[in-house]
Amino acid sequence: MAKNLEDFNIVIVGIGGQGLITLLKIINKAAQKENLDLVSSELHGLAQRGGSVEVHIRFGKEIYSPLVKQGGADLIISLESQETLRACYYASKEKAVFLINKFFSPIIGAEKNLSFEEISQNLQKFSKKTIFVDASEICKKEFGTDVISGIYLLGLTSAQKILPLKESSLVEAIKEIVPEKFFELNLKAFNLAKSYQF
Amino acid sequence: MEILLNQKGKKLVLLGNEAIVRGALEAGVNFVSTYPGTPASEIGNIFSQIAKNNGIYFEFSTNEKAALEAGIGASFSGLKTLVAMKHFGLNVCSDALLPFCYTGSKGPFVLYVADDPSCWSSAQSEENSRAFSYLAHIPTLEPSESQECLDFVKLAFEISEKFKIPVMIRSTTRVSHQSSPVIIGNLSFNTPSFKKGNFVKDNKQFVTMPPGVLEMKKKLLEKIEKIKELAEKSLINKVEKGNGKLGIITSGVSYLYVKEALKELKLKLPILKLGFFYPLPERKIKNFISNLKKVLVVEELEPYLEKEISRIAQESNCKLQVFGKDLIPQVGELKPEIVLSAISQFLGKKINFDFKKHLEEFQKINLAKRYPQLCTAQIAPPGCPYWLVFSALKKVVSENTIIGGDIGCYMIGSLPPHNLYNYLSCMGSSVGIAHGIKKTTNQKVIALIGDSTFFHAGIPALINCVFNKSNPLIIVLNNQITGMTGHQPHPGVGKTGMNEETTAIKIEDIVSACGVKNLKIIDPQNFEEMINSIKEFLEKEEISVIIARRICALFAKKLQK
Repeated sequence: MAKNLEDFNIVIVGIGGQGLITLLKIINKAAQKENLDLVSSELHGLAQRGGSVEVHIRFGKEIYSPLVKQGGADLIISLESQETLRACYYASKEKAVFLINKFFSPIIGAEKNLSFEEISQNLQKFSKKTIFVDASEICKKEFGTDVISGIYLLGLTSAQKILPLKESSLVEAIKEIVPEKFFELNLKAFNLAKSYQF
Repeated sequence: MEILLNQKGKKLVLLGNEAIVRGALEAGVNFVSTYPGTPASEIGNIFSQIAKNNGIYFEFSTNEKAALEAGIGASFSGLKTLVAMKHFGLNVCSDALLPFCYTGSKGPFVLYVADDPSCWSSAQSEENSRAFSYLAHIPTLEPSESQECLDFVKLAFEISEKFKIPVMIRSTTRVSHQSSPVIIGNLSFNTPSFKKGNFVKDNKQFVTMPPGVLEMKKKLLEKIEKIKELAEKSLINKVEKGNGKLGIITSGVSYLYVKEALKELKLKLPILKLGFFYPLPERKIKNFISNLKKVLVVEELEPYLEKEISRIAQESNCKLQVFGKDLIPQVGELKPEIVLSAISQFLGKKINFDFKKHLEEFQKINLAKRYPQLCTAQIAPPGCPYWLVFSALKKVVSENTIIGGDIGCYMIGSLPPHNLYNYLSCMGSSVGIAHGIKKTTNQKVIALIGDSTFFHAGIPALINCVFNKSNPLIIVLNNQITGMTGHQPHPGVGKTGMNEETTAIKIEDIVSACGVKNLKIIDPQNFEEMINSIKEFLEKEEISVIIARRICALFAKKLQK
């Protein structure tokens, strides 16, 4: 991580059950390996049951708040396309980079679900850069499952250098966090992101 | 999990709740009891896995009152005891808590209570457990971060040991479910087998009855005065020196937002960070405010600190202007931007980000709410059994039938697309309130209650229906586990919190023993039978009960792994 960088603020959004807490644990572990100060915040219980979920991770030199400030996010990782918009609260035009899984899960009971075009349009006011990726599709095609699309996105943050943590720290962190029998699969998904063509 | 048993004094990143467990282990805890509830559930989940091999007794109790009373018994028998729960649990056990503060503890005793500002995982109210500190006269510490969770638990055990009084640690969601670095201390397991206590009879200490009970209250207040002296000197009430005549008093997670805001504003204001909520170190507060013109009290929810500080200021620095809830909301959890805005207003300083404009832009995004859902077949085949119960009710129920919900995964029934419930309150209340409606109206009432909730607080309400002759239809959602909080065993499961075999108490036996004659056990997958039985029972003159029995789909999936 660059020495002059004060702190780095990540918000991960998605739907309960998509593995947000695993991603949080991996990033925490990697930041810890680089001797950074860090604080993260997660939600359990009712908040996790298939509804909107967001977790916050902050690391750097001197970190206090467990929550990212309104307009203060450097990086948004979104595991579901519509959920991306909820993170706009934390994002600003000046610095936020959005990495978005194009996976679409309709909102039950909603009068209207938003299209990619509408999502993309809304994001303009809140983002410096947006990256839409077919992470779920790619993972389903390559591995027969999309449960690791979060890890694929994490690989992409590393390959695209939008997460200021070393690749080696992230890989070591994955090894320590995910169950041993799934490590190879996770590593493959992480590495596959390197060959993503924009 | 092994990480919690690691004996080296190294740096780990721990969840607040994990740090509580680690602190209790370092203090040498012998006895732990709890009823699961977010955001305190991890305490039980972790002890459930590690207790047996580390000479600790652990139980998931039937409810928080049973958990506290078990803990009181352990403390009376000389053991070091931890009891954990979410805020609503403190309401349930408060009847036992007050006299326990009177008798005092024998073995050191810590009560861990986690509040949930913003109700992330709580339905019934946005509770501030600090009110109980006054009501029960229980010394209360408030950690801000994981390191303090660990340190404060150890300190709480020390205070309890020294003054023979239970001590409360009050946390909140953003502390309990925060991960941050912790330097761990050493573990000292003398023996891997459970240490037996010994109840030494001392009727004068343990029997609360007038007139002795008033003597006990006097002694309790004397203890609090002594603990106040300790609080005056304690390093967890710390003054951070700063410049100027404007200062901040804060505690808990709010302290972290204050530090973050001052970092951003590049300011060094004097701060008094209170680790003690009760009793407060009044002299320390007086000293802190003596040279100030203005003080801002940054606290979540109700202004308990602010009131105390205003009172103290009246006595020592009556010109002091006290700010708090005029700049900080009383509803909802605090956030870094709220505290930053409040501090900048307090100082009359501009911030270079327009939060209001940004919020307005954000609110223009027209995205529907995505509510929590019952598990679908995709998540856990064949899907949550409650789907079937809900749709059976939808098919049968007329406009004039009232449906009451209760606490558990099936609270989701109150959300779209179900919109099923006409009332929803606290644990066990679906049945209790149903009785009152039946006694006063001609309407039909159906009360839904989960199995863990039935054991927790439903049984006395059921008995009341029989005793006082009302006839609601009660549907016990019997998914054979405590679902919402992460699949902890309850009295109907046949396994204890330490994974030992025990008697599985049958709900149908209890219902029959209460004198209920209309009783059916139905698998919700037998949809027609469910529909017909609901119809049939709604016409009964006497109370009726359907036990809707099918295992939680998510738990079944977990068992297969």
